[in-house]
Amino acid sequence: MTYLAKPKFHHPNLPKNDLGYTHRDYEGTVSTLCAGCGHDSITAAIIQACFELSIEPHRVAKISGIGCSSKTPTYFLGNSHGFNSVHGRMPSVLTGANLANRDLIYLGVSGDGDSASIGFGQFAHALRRGVNMTYIVENNGVYGLTKGQFSATADRGSKSKRGVVNTDNSIDLAAIALQLGASFVARSFSGDKQQLVPIIKAAIAHKGAAFIDIISPCVAFNNHAGSTKSFDFVREHNEAVNRLDVISSRMPIEVKYDPGTVEIVEQHDGSTIALRKLDADYQVHDRAAAHGFLQHHAAKGQIVTGLLYVEKDADDLHAHLHTVDTPLNALNEKELCPGQAALDKFNASMR
Amino acid sequence: MPTPSPISRVNDFVIRFANVNGSGSASANEMFARAIIRMGVPVAPRNIFPSNIQGLPTWYEVRVTEAGHLGARGGIDMMVAMNPQTFDKDIASIEPGGYVFYDSTKELPASKFRPDITVIGMPLTAICNREYTDPRQRQLFKNIIYIGALSALLDMDIKAVEQLIGEQYKSKPKLIEPNVKALHIGRDYAVLNLACPIGLRVRKADKVGDRIFIEGNNAAALGAVYGGATVCAWYPITPSSGLADAFTRHCEKLRVDPDTKKAKYAIVQAEDELSSIGMVIGASWNGARSFTATSGPGISLMQEFIGLAYFAEIPAVIFDVQRAGPSTGMPTRTQQCDIISCAYASHGDTKHVLLFPENPAESFEFGAVAFDLADRLQTPVFVMLDLDIGMNHHLSRPLAWDDSKKFDRGKVMTAEELDAGRDFGRYLDVDGDGIPYRTYPGTHPTKGSFFTRGTSRDRYAKYTEEGAPYVDNMQRLVRKFDTAKDLVPRPLQANSGKATKYGVIYVGSTSPAMDEAIHMIEGRGHAIDRMRIRAFPFHSSVNSFVADHDFVFVVEQNRDAQLRSLIVNECGIDPVRLVPILHYDGTPITARFIAKAIGDHLDQLKVTPMKVTS
Repeated sequence: MTYLAKPKFHHPNLPKNDLGYTHRDYEGTVSTLCAGCGHDSITAAIIQACFELSIEPHRVAKISGIGCSSKTPTYFLGNSHGFNSVHGRMPSVLTGANLANRDLIYLGVSGDGDSASIGFGQFAHALRRGVNMTYIVENNGVYGLTKGQFSATADRGSKSKRGVVNTDNSIDLAAIALQLGASFVARSFSGDKQQLVPIIKAAIAHKGAAFIDIISPCVAFNNHAGSTKSFDFVREHNEAVNRLDVISSRMPIEVKYDPGTVEIVEQHDGSTIALRKLDADYQVHDRAAAHGFLQHHAAKGQIVTGLLYVEKDADDLHAHLHTVDTPLNALNEKELCPGQAALDKFNASMR
Repeated sequence: MPTPSPISRVNDFVIRFANVNGSGSASANEMFARAIIRMGVPVAPRNIFPSNIQGLPTWYEVRVTEAGHLGARGGIDMMVAMNPQTFDKDIASIEPGGYVFYDSTKELPASKFRPDITVIGMPLTAICNREYTDPRQRQLFKNIIYIGALSALLDMDIKAVEQLIGEQYKSKPKLIEPNVKALHIGRDYAVLNLACPIGLRVRKADKVGDRIFIEGNNAAALGAVYGGATVCAWYPITPSSGLADAFTRHCEKLRVDPDTKKAKYAIVQAEDELSSIGMVIGASWNGARSFTATSGPGISLMQEFIGLAYFAEIPAVIFDVQRAGPSTGMPTRTQQCDIISCAYASHGDTKHVLLFPENPAESFEFGAVAFDLADRLQTPVFVMLDLDIGMNHHLSRPLAWDDSKKFDRGKVMTAEELDAGRDFGRYLDVDGDGIPYRTYPGTHPTKGSFFTRGTSRDRYAKYTEEGAPYVDNMQRLVRKFDTAKDLVPRPLQANSGKATKYGVIYVGSTSPAMDEAIHMIEGRGHAIDRMRIRAFPFHSSVNSFVADHDFVFVVEQNRDAQLRSLIVNECGIDPVRLVPILHYDGTPITARFIAKAIGDHLDQLKVTPMKVTS
């Protein structure tokens, strides 16, 4: 179907969000990925999350690296500017873009090859700096576009489609994001839209470096027996610690919860996350405990999903740099150029 | 060979200080240079330093030049030999008839010196040990003491030095008195015990005018402030780190909102050069003026991104403070060796705009105009400094700014224009100059968005791998580069008074040495026209200059004649007509070197009538 242009026509009674946009206003062009690709489910979840959050589509900048995952920004938010940059370098491009205009929403889309191998350094440093962004890794454990080589997130002992066993240790990007100081860390599964959509919404609403590791099976190269990133394996080993409902500041809180099962997390933008605990002991504000929890369950072959960590009073790179409220790209000559008078003083000081 | 008499010259000599790195000598030596400027005599100082923090040899050379020759001269008339490690070599490097000033606390045998130089010993260590108990003070004041002695030996105005000490320690007034005291200890000793003054002297003049004394990195950084840069991403590398440091200092002074105290700039020290150029490209894509500062190895690391910026047409300003390569090469030595790697940076067919400032004043101007050019041309622009311009203090005309000047943000389509129904195609050449319109992200809810990518696309930014749209786009990029030829700073030409078949082309920091060499070449009876190229792509006048001369010397500071290759390649010139004059030992090129190299060539070409023998 990828050769067909997406029809512009849509049903006149499609539901609209607070801004009057329909779901279709958040879509992009037709996906050129393989039928059944996990990445397309993530694209759908991003569209759903942006629609539900009533984001103005053009106020999002979608930035990616290179690879199957990095192609996806063309498939959502067609009225947003997108930037398909260089392999492994999405984080630096996003950081620069964010510095230029603090008022846009930054959505970084990357893959496991892009972020855990060639771009591991940039992944780390963008999180360290606390860039205000939603950083999504569509994690399938293989290189898709180059036809099925292992990536650095492939688990040790897992088998490739050709039967080769991976002997290298794997990188757990969520665990590393925790260590690096990301102020929002989550993991989800492309096949679990109920969990994924609210996580994306919460991440977008979060002010600070939000990282989401999304296991997204590759139907072409990594969905066989022996893979630990297949649909079947992930479904069987998914250990969800919580489920979320994100309530934006504009919406009245209507959902009723049983006492003791829900934790309310207020975010900087005024939105609220209602966290339904599935694991009663899981502490979502404890970075070290989250780290231990991940390691403990990984050793048992389980994939922990959910909101793993959120910092209550997170801030971002602009706060660290103490930049003006006006976006830097909107400052003019008068605000930026000190003029000849200042130069006269400078010259005098250099004699 | 008869022993030469001691050199006797006023306001025209070279003095070199040989020190140990980290001994605090740099600020004392700089003060010496500044004191001479205060006496109205131009100086050209150069720091010759190791890649080291403490312990290795370092030299500081001051050329005193009332005639205003600001290039390196070559040769040393007086050596202040403060480093035992390099003593023998330092002695050997003195011109016949020159002078050496050394610490004679431990007497050295005559065999350590040369019979053709004047030896001036002063027991500096003994004096310091007598005057100070703190070892750190002994070291630091030793530097000031020898400046005091030199002031007497060279007949300098002590008031100028005292005044400078007062200015230097304005914020730490406690230090003024002990420094002035040290200065006088040195001066008094010299007056009483040494034959003052010697043949080399500084005499008050009025040849400095309103010039300022500044490093190119500092001036270039201020240029970036005036050019409206708001985002700086960089990774430390000698000799460019000072540029980012200076930008930080200038911004802290000039770019803080007086009411909120918030910063109208963002500076990020990146994790590597890949990241710094990535941030620059991200910021520029999003409509902020952004730059990085680096040197050759950093340029190598940025190659992939530079190709993306070229092809996706994103402005970026890159200050390349060149140093001697390849690899780590000589990281604290100067060269002009990145010309080719910048001009054609990245894979595939790429060409980039290069600007070649000659001194700090031009580093300021080009540092500012680079942002206009990058925005106008939507492409990376390189400002090609080198270590000599960047890290040495130069006497430079004062920096000037036209307050009526507006930033040229290039072709940016606004929401109003989009609403008015203007057709927007990101890669559509609407004006025939090869430059398309762009929109900033977030401009309009339904119009003007596009997808930026390094892959091929059509005029409306739609992905395509078809041949025809690819070629169409690549041809437009060539048109755009042609447009650049008339936008970048023009070459400056200076013709000899006489008609001549010979010309010389040069760039950047070669300038002062070249200006001086011209007189020396003329002194040998040769006339030569000159052209200083200030930018790439080359203006058409470069072609005509070469066409107008039988032979053109191309003087540059690298091994492979990179500028010459670029001229041959881009202007389609027969290489035979361009004679390379190459200087690449890491020291700044000198007038003596240029004059000899060109003079020898011209001597060979000179037609001398054969003598008729009977």
